[in-house]
Amino acid sequence: MKKYSSLEYLRLTKIQRFFYKIACFFVGIPQFFKKIGLAIVKFAKKFGIGVKDEFKDLVMTFVNGDYKTRISYAIMGFGSFTRKQYGRGILFFLFEAIFIVYMALAGGYWISMLPSLGKIGPHQEYDPIWDVWVPAYGDNSFKILLYSVLTIFFIVAFIYTWRLNIKQNRISEEIIGSMPKRCLEKEKKQKIVELKKNNPDLSTEELSQKTKEIEDEYNQKIEEVPSKPLKSTKDDVMSLIDNEFHKTLLALPVTGILIFTVMPIIFMILVAFTNYSGQANGYTNHLFHWVGMDNFNTVLVWSNSGGASFSATFGEVLAWTLMWAFFATFSNYFLGMIVAMIINKKGIKLKKWWRTVLVLTIAIPQFISLLYVNKMFSYTGVINGVITNLGGTPVHFMDDYAEPWVSRLTVILVNIWIGIPYLMLIATGILMNIPADLYESAQIDGANVFQQYMKITLPYMLFVTGPYLLTSFTGNMNNFNVIFLLTGGAPTMINTPPNAASVGSTDLLITWLFKITTTAGSKYYLASVIGILVFLVVAIISIIVYNIIPSNKNEEDFQ
Amino acid sequence: MAEELLNTNTPEVVEHKKDKRHMGLTASRTISNTVIYFILVIMTVVWLVPFIFLVLQSFRVESTGMVGYIIPEQWGFNNYVNLFTNTKFPKWFMNTFIIALATAALQTIIVLCMSYTLSRLRFGGRKFLMNFMLVLGMFPGMLTMIILYRVLADLHMTQQNSIPGLILVYAASSGMGYYVSKGFFDTLPKSLDEAARVDGANRAQVLLKVILPLSKPIVIYTLLTAFMGPWGDFAFASYIAFNNSNGMNVAVGLNSLISTPASIGKNYTMFCAGGVVVAIPITVLFLFLQKYYVEGVTGGAVKG
Repeated sequence: MKKYSSLEYLRLTKIQRFFYKIACFFVGIPQFFKKIGLAIVKFAKKFGIGVKDEFKDLVMTFVNGDYKTRISYAIMGFGSFTRKQYGRGILFFLFEAIFIVYMALAGGYWISMLPSLGKIGPHQEYDPIWDVWVPAYGDNSFKILLYSVLTIFFIVAFIYTWRLNIKQNRISEEIIGSMPKRCLEKEKKQKIVELKKNNPDLSTEELSQKTKEIEDEYNQKIEEVPSKPLKSTKDDVMSLIDNEFHKTLLALPVTGILIFTVMPIIFMILVAFTNYSGQANGYTNHLFHWVGMDNFNTVLVWSNSGGASFSATFGEVLAWTLMWAFFATFSNYFLGMIVAMIINKKGIKLKKWWRTVLVLTIAIPQFISLLYVNKMFSYTGVINGVITNLGGTPVHFMDDYAEPWVSRLTVILVNIWIGIPYLMLIATGILMNIPADLYESAQIDGANVFQQYMKITLPYMLFVTGPYLLTSFTGNMNNFNVIFLLTGGAPTMINTPPNAASVGSTDLLITWLFKITTTAGSKYYLASVIGILVFLVVAIISIIVYNIIPSNKNEEDFQ
Repeated sequence: MAEELLNTNTPEVVEHKKDKRHMGLTASRTISNTVIYFILVIMTVVWLVPFIFLVLQSFRVESTGMVGYIIPEQWGFNNYVNLFTNTKFPKWFMNTFIIALATAALQTIIVLCMSYTLSRLRFGGRKFLMNFMLVLGMFPGMLTMIILYRVLADLHMTQQNSIPGLILVYAASSGMGYYVSKGFFDTLPKSLDEAARVDGANRAQVLLKVILPLSKPIVIYTLLTAFMGPWGDFAFASYIAFNNSNGMNVAVGLNSLISTPASIGKNYTMFCAGGVVVAIPITVLFLFLQKYYVEGVTGGAVKG
């Protein structure tokens, strides 16, 4: 397709422009995937080169290093310790000692059990003293999987530290100058050998003179190699509050994230390939074991067993989740913006009071308002009381007898009630930043209020809040509280498979996941498959939107 | 067109036109403002009425279930007395209060460390760390709950001992929510750091003596949001407490009061009273610190 320059674009009529934009979008899609593919290839190349360089450095350090460096390959920290960097040396050595002891005592066992996830399940053992059968515990699959993950973490950390230890030796030798000197010494010898080899017809005198020249040259160079003292342990500690301050600051947060987020996520990804559930927890009940892609097949592949398919249910819940995220995000966004604008409007009095009323509802903990609103909309609640008093018949808004669409609509409406105050706050701040002269000149040009909104307010808002819209979309996809406390997923879907944990029409993937893990049977493996799929959906949407929204491309221009 | 204009623009006509225009503008503005006031009043009613109902019903004496009317026939403090004597509400309240205080302290330290480092220090792996956390954030947090429950159960930090467990869960991965405060640190001029460095301060001193005194708004914002979080959390709290009424927070506890149709009839007004008792301190605190909250929310949205 031909790409128009901006002048050519301006010459198009409105309809042409519209179609041009659509065409651009579709032409852009393959290019977008091409871009992603190229990025992956580039990354792989970079990664390959990186690995190659690392190995080259390892070998070269061994060849050029002194005995201290070479011993450090086996005994970590030896080089640092003998070069009087006691703190580093002791830390390296301790780490290695702990690692070896751990691997010998426990780590090896866990890793060896990983392929089977345990062999002896819980069983009964005969107790000859009391003449009874008592329950005995065999291998614990849960612990095997958990500690295997931890052990793998530990092994990776060890390899990294070992590499660091060797790098440290090289850097130390470079600082005190011993390694460059040794390199030059080698070069000198090589040159002399080459000289002899290349000029066999030279006389002894000439040869010794040339050799001397080379020796002088290199001795000069060797003498010029700078030699600086190494950092002492005290310097190391001091640098932690100065040049290496980021390490001090990040230690606590990153450790927390590794233990409480990264490790559980890796564990749960692995669970998706097992049959870990309340019925097979690996300790009090049966062992669990690897099942390959079975769980993904259950969730994603259509199978009509007994009139209900898990994948069909999954599709319905996913569709509602996306629909909910879309409506929840944009209804709040536009209505919140409109509320902010009418409060901001010139001539409206008591601005502060209107805002405070709305902000007040943010302050009240959400579970109170949600549970209370839930009760207000219940069949015997206040709203139905008012309806009956007015002569109508009570409506099932969000209980198990409700129509799915009534329930969904009610949830979206209540969510507007919850969300508008936040959006009003955000929009108020941004609207005040729009230069007033833009509006003045628009007024002079004869633009009415609607045109001003479409041409000034909306583009500005969209530009500034683009990333926010994305995060709030994905946040709404995972909006557990609103759905769970408001409807609990009700009304229950009919015709769902027995392992779907009585999923409801207003259930999002996230509340469904919660239900699956908390109801009888606790099918953790299905829950983790759903979790992984949620991640994939969120990631795909984020990647696409990040490449479309303008705020991401020229971030700095508008700051 | 031009001639017509010329013809009609005698001083009197102009005066008349001006008048008319002026009158028209005022009139239309009055009408539109009236409409807006009308909308705002309705909004106020819609937004406040549930809470007013909540307060009214908490004072109802004649029946403890749900009724179709709003204003109690008989007023009294029975529900509040019942709440504090016949349920574990005081325990739930204290649980939540302790969790909220500890979380606020820990989370503020962690978030500030993370955001300050990412915003104002440059080091290898910074971009990687940020991208890594972005990807991690795309996993639903609920997914980690299963294993965290099992691990915390092994450490005896669940059920009746849920307080330390919940504090750990809330605070430990809070470093991933650094965006708002990073946005704040990004706006402080870099010359401040440079000046201090020239004067011989090390990086720790720059943080403690130069940046921290300027960061009052963001510190208060982080404290406030971290303190308010545990009051509303339901998913993790119910998972960790695992139906043990001694380990619940207010959200899970009050929900357990009205979880079955039978208990709604018995405890509904008590639930309303509980809602009022929880909402009042939080709302008062929030209104006092409103300014900081608004600043944080607005800044956070703009920075993404």
